[in-house]
This record gives sequence, structure tokens and C-alpha cells, in this order.
Amino acid sequence: MFPEVFTDIYSDYTIRNITLGATVLGLVSGSLGTFAVLRRQSLLGDSISHAVLPGIILAFMLTGSRDPLILILGAAIVGWLATLSIMAIVNTTRIKQDASLALVLSVFFGFGMVLMTFVQRQPDAAAAGLSRFLFGQAAAIIWDDVRTMLIIGSLALAILFVFWKEFKLVVFDRAFALSLGMPVQRFDVLLTSLLVIAIVIGLQTVGVILMSAMVVTPAAAARQWSDRLGVVTILAGGFGALAGVSGALISAYTARMPTGPTIVICLTAIVLFSLILAPNRGLLWAWVRQHRQSRDIRSRVVLGDLYWLSQQHEGVDHGHSMAALEAMSAGRVAVDHGLEDLERAGLAQRIDGDHWTLTEKGRQLAVSDLNDEDQDQRDA
Amino acid sequence: MLSLTAGQMEVQIVAIVVAVACALVGVFLVLRQMAMMSDAITHSILPGIVVAFFLVQDLSSPFLIIAAAATGVLTVSLVELLNRTRLVREDAAIGIVFPALFSIGVILIARFAGGIHLDLDVVLLGEIAFVPFNRTTLFGVDLGPTALVMMTIILIINLLFITLFYKELKLATFDAGLAAALGFSPALIHYGLMSLVSVTAVGAFDAVGAILVVALIVGPPVTSYLLTDRLWVMLALSAGIGVLIAVSGYWMARGLDASIAGSMATMTGVIFMVAYLLAPGRGLIALAFRRRRQRWEFAGTMLAIHLLNHEGLPSAEQENRVDHLQEHLNWDSDFAERAVRHAERHQTVVRQNRHLYLTEKGRQRAREAIVR
Repeated sequence: MFPEVFTDIYSDYTIRNITLGATVLGLVSGSLGTFAVLRRQSLLGDSISHAVLPGIILAFMLTGSRDPLILILGAAIVGWLATLSIMAIVNTTRIKQDASLALVLSVFFGFGMVLMTFVQRQPDAAAAGLSRFLFGQAAAIIWDDVRTMLIIGSLALAILFVFWKEFKLVVFDRAFALSLGMPVQRFDVLLTSLLVIAIVIGLQTVGVILMSAMVVTPAAAARQWSDRLGVVTILAGGFGALAGVSGALISAYTARMPTGPTIVICLTAIVLFSLILAPNRGLLWAWVRQHRQSRDIRSRVVLGDLYWLSQQHEGVDHGHSMAALEAMSAGRVAVDHGLEDLERAGLAQRIDGDHWTLTEKGRQLAVSDLNDEDQDQRDA
Repeated sequence: MLSLTAGQMEVQIVAIVVAVACALVGVFLVLRQMAMMSDAITHSILPGIVVAFFLVQDLSSPFLIIAAAATGVLTVSLVELLNRTRLVREDAAIGIVFPALFSIGVILIARFAGGIHLDLDVVLLGEIAFVPFNRTTLFGVDLGPTALVMMTIILIINLLFITLFYKELKLATFDAGLAAALGFSPALIHYGLMSLVSVTAVGAFDAVGAILVVALIVGPPVTSYLLTDRLWVMLALSAGIGVLIAVSGYWMARGLDASIAGSMATMTGVIFMVAYLLAPGRGLIALAFRRRRQRWEFAGTMLAIHLLNHEGLPSAEQENRVDHLQEHLNWDSDFAERAVRHAERHQTVVRQNRHLYLTEKGRQRAREAIVR
């Protein structure tokens, strides 16, 4: 299948467009989404993507054109209005961000539906081209769409690149940026506008509902792999593009597999993989660390107990029964496993059957443990 | 035009019941700052509905509601699980979970529900006008449209939950720490509430579709939040606003021959705007008035203090003149003139030629301001 995929991307018009479109979209929304997630505006993307519906339809009603550029322009203007409304409500009332997002999302979308019924009444089935913005229809993407996405997307990324330092400062140290006399609010607005752009160019591929995943999920995945903004942004763009390509191809070669949802499932797989396996932050490593730590504590407890027992007897080689050790630890730790770990580390040895004693190395370690403990107590 | 057929009447009654049921649970979502959870739940219950539909093959089965409610609770748990790893923040967790579940739902429909009646548009956008065609009968008696029967039951459940656990809900909403200390389980109330939201959302699906459930859940509470500080008033007001939205939305849709659900959401926005502008004490207009009044009051106090400082001193001749205020208080001449006129109207200052003299009331006010 694989060689066939490559020739198809090269020669098959539809597959080439879909793949290219999904890649550009993933790249742009992934890298711009990083800032949204870091600014705790993850759900702003969801709100904007729903709210642009009336913009798309109004643009169509006013111009009668289905040129992607015009529809995108309409969407961007209304997306902007929606963002301003959200900010105005939060700033002038006691209504919180979440409620403000949900209200604007649903009211704008509802108004879009009202407009949609007007368009649908027209005889030429013009609405068919518009409803794909709702759920996304990657198969309908033509070269014109891809070109528009490419141009607008690279413009957005170029702006991000040019103002990189400023954006970084505004996101991470607002107070410092303000003290430098930077127009912080203007950069805020610029960042949000870039987000609006990323969202509107993705609408016809994945649709309004899934667009929020394109913004949030790559960034959340990328965040697990690095603490550096540059790396996270590039990774997020890469994850977005990867999910875009694989989702587009899977859906192209599988019958009845919608593109948008497939891309989102690929993204979800990437984020789950990252959450579990990313070095340092990953859940698996955290679990391994914790397990190792509790094993370490277990053997130290048994080591200490064994040392204490050996102090009570004359002969160094005197063996101590496991039962005695178990009584000492009083069920706090699994003594048998602890002893096995000690034996493996060469700290304790078994003397006939169930009796144990420390090796010389073990004795030294126990003494130094005790000294550390004393030191800690004195420090405290 | 104002005459209604029985079917139209039923549509309107269903709209009212849906709106009230949504508004009641919405109050707690908004107060607990979880409004976006309504958006997440309304989308993510899709796979639950689809799977249940595959099992029972009946779109109006109560089993669908149970499955969807379970998926809603699953969504909430998944968000909390992600949040608790501390690897992603809560808002990002919501943004990851619900599109994933929704995608699974869409793929399930696309792959396995090709020919059967489970249309994505209907699930998402709803069509309340079809409500009267699907009826419930019990022992041969027509009980009304299925949606009405279902939503009435859901409304009653919501009402019961809120009345029975009013105290607990109130405490857990406004002081979760105290609620936990007193032995109420915040988790139990949280999940109970989320189950209610899920059940309400599924019930409302039929009528208004997923996205507009959000308008009905969030719109009325947010609007009434601008109007009152008391929880029970907020609940009652929200229910009332819900009714208003349902009725006005229906008539707007009839007048324009447009989507009923869309019109209801639009009216939600209009009613919110009215409250936003006109709410007593908190609306934009009241705020603007208050700011203006405070500005002149402050200017009047400054003027009185300034006059009092120089009163009876040789410098008074120089200082206590309208044209001098410009220099001393850094007011431009227009502002100074208006401030003096405002003060004259409130009888704290009298003007003779260009000179200003405090009245007894003005002196009083200046002294009070200084002491404070």
C-alpha cells in the first residue's frame, strides 16, 4: 500500500489537496495553539470556531460568492467580534470567562443558523457549499482552498516568527513587558487575531466542532516533551501536521471514514502517547520513579532493622530469622522482597534457610544511613 | 397569524419546558464556573447515543438517555482524570476530551449507520418543528409528543434534585471547603449535577440540538446573574427568562420563517444584551451614570477642599477663583467651569464675580472628606 500512497499524493488531485490542506492546517493551528494553551485560552478556540458561522453566511449573502477568501474574511471579522464580545463581558460584568465563552459561542452560532435558513431557501442549493463549514468536508477541498490556506497560513506563521520575542515576553512575563513600555495589549490582540486566522482556515477541513481539538491537542502533547517555548511550538506544529497527514490519508483509503474526526482521533492518539511516554513528565516514568522509590525505602527499612538486630548479638555472622524482621517492620514493608533486593545488591546474605545477616558493604551502608539520620535530626 | 394550531401550541410548550429545565441546571454550572462543561457534554454524549441506538434501534428509547447521561459523566471523569495528572490544565483537558469523544461518535455513525435514521444534522441542530409527529401513547391514550413527556419528566427530576438538595448545592457551590468540612461530599454533588446536565442535554437534543442546548443552559443564568444576588431569585428569574426565550424565539422564527432553535439562541443573545445594558446597578448604562456622577462628586469634593484650605487667608483672593483652578487642580477651563456649576447646583459653592465662596454645606463636605 505504501508506494501507492506516495504516487497518489503525487498524482491524485483530490488526495494531494486533502493531504496538503490538512498538513498546512495542522502546522498552523498546532503552532499558534501553543500560545492559546499557555495563555489558558484553550476553549477560546472552541468558542471562536462556533461563533464564526454567521460571518461565513453573511459574507456569502452579501457577495453571493463562494470564494474561500471572501468566506474566510467574513469568518475572521465575526470571529474577531465574538472575541471582543467575550472580553467585553468579562471586563465589564462579574460574569466569568467560561460563561462568557459559552454564551457567545451559542448565541452567535444560533444566529448563524437563522441566517442559514434564509440561504437554504434559495433555489440553487447554495447552502450545500456552506454546510461543509459545519462539519468539515475534506473531500471537497479544491486547489483554490489549499492555495488560500497556504498563503494565509504562511502569513500567520511569518508574523509569529517576526514578533517571537515580544509574544514570548507577553505570555510569560507580562509585568516585565509592561515595565519595558511594550504595547502589551496590542500584542495580545495580535496573538488572538492569529488564532482566529488559524481557526477559520481550518473550518472547511475539520468543521467548527472539531476545530478546538486542532488548537488545543497538539500543544498539550508538545508541552510534555519540552520546557522550551520554541521547541514546544515547533513540536506542536509538527504533531498537528503529522495528525493532518495521517488522518487525511487514513480517511482517503478507508470507506466511510470522515476526515475531520479521523484527524482528531490521530491527534488524541498523539496526546495519549505523549502523556504516557514523554521523558520526565510522562505518566509511565512517574510511575517507574515512584515504584523505584518505594522499593528503595523498603530495602533501607529492612537494612536498618537487620543492622539493629546484629548490634544485639556478639558474632557478626549470627543469622537473624525473617520472622524477627517481620515483627520489627510490623507490616510496614514486605520483608521478603526487601531481603531479596538487598541480596541482589550484595548488602545482605542468606545463612542457612530463613536466616539473614549483613555483608560488610551492607554494614557500612547502614552505619552511614544512621549517621545521616542523626545529622538530619540535629539540623532539625 | 396569532392563532395557533394544536401542533404549534405543543411545539411552544415543549420549547418552554426544555428552556426551563436547562435554565435550572445552568444556574449551578454558571455559578461553579463550569459553563463550558455544557458545551463539552452536549458534544461528547454523541458516541453514547450512537452505541445505545445500535443496541436498541429506537431513537426515542429512554435507554438512549441513560447511555448518554453515562457518557456525560464519563466526559466529566475523563476531564478530571487528565486534570489530576497535572500535565494539562482543566480548560485544555476539556478541549482534548470532548472533540475526541465526538469524533468517535461521528465515525461510528459514518461507518455503521449509513442507511438508518440517525442523522448528524438532526442530532446537532435539532428540529423542534417535528416534535408533534412523534407521540407517546399509554394504554391507548395519547399522552402528547414524546419529547414533551420526556422533557416534563426531566424537568420534574431537575426540580426535585434542586429542591431536595438546595442547601447542599448552595453550600457546595459557594463554599466547597466548608461543605466538605461539614461532611457533604462535594464529589457526589458534582457528579449528581453533571448527570442532571447530561440527562437534560440529551432530552433537549431532540428539540433544539446540541449546540443550542448550550444557549439555553448558559443564557438565562448569565442574564439573571446580572440582575440579582440571591440564589433562589436567580433560579426563579432564570426559569422566567427561559420561558421568555422560548416564546419570543418561537414567534421570531414564525415571523421570519427561520430555524426555531436558531431564533431561540438569537433571542437569548438579545435578552442578554437588554439586561447587559439596562440592568439596575450593574448594567452598562447604570455603570456609565454612576461613573459620571462619581466624577462630578469627586470634582466637587476636591473643589470644596481647595476652597476650605485657602478660606480666610490672604491667599484666598488669589486662589479661590474659577480661572485659578486650572493651575492648581490641573483642570482645563471647560472642566473647571462645569465642576463649579455642578457644585453650585448642589449648593456647596456660591460664585460672586469670579470669586468662589464655600457655603456652610460645602464646608461641611470638605471637612468630612478630609477627616475620612
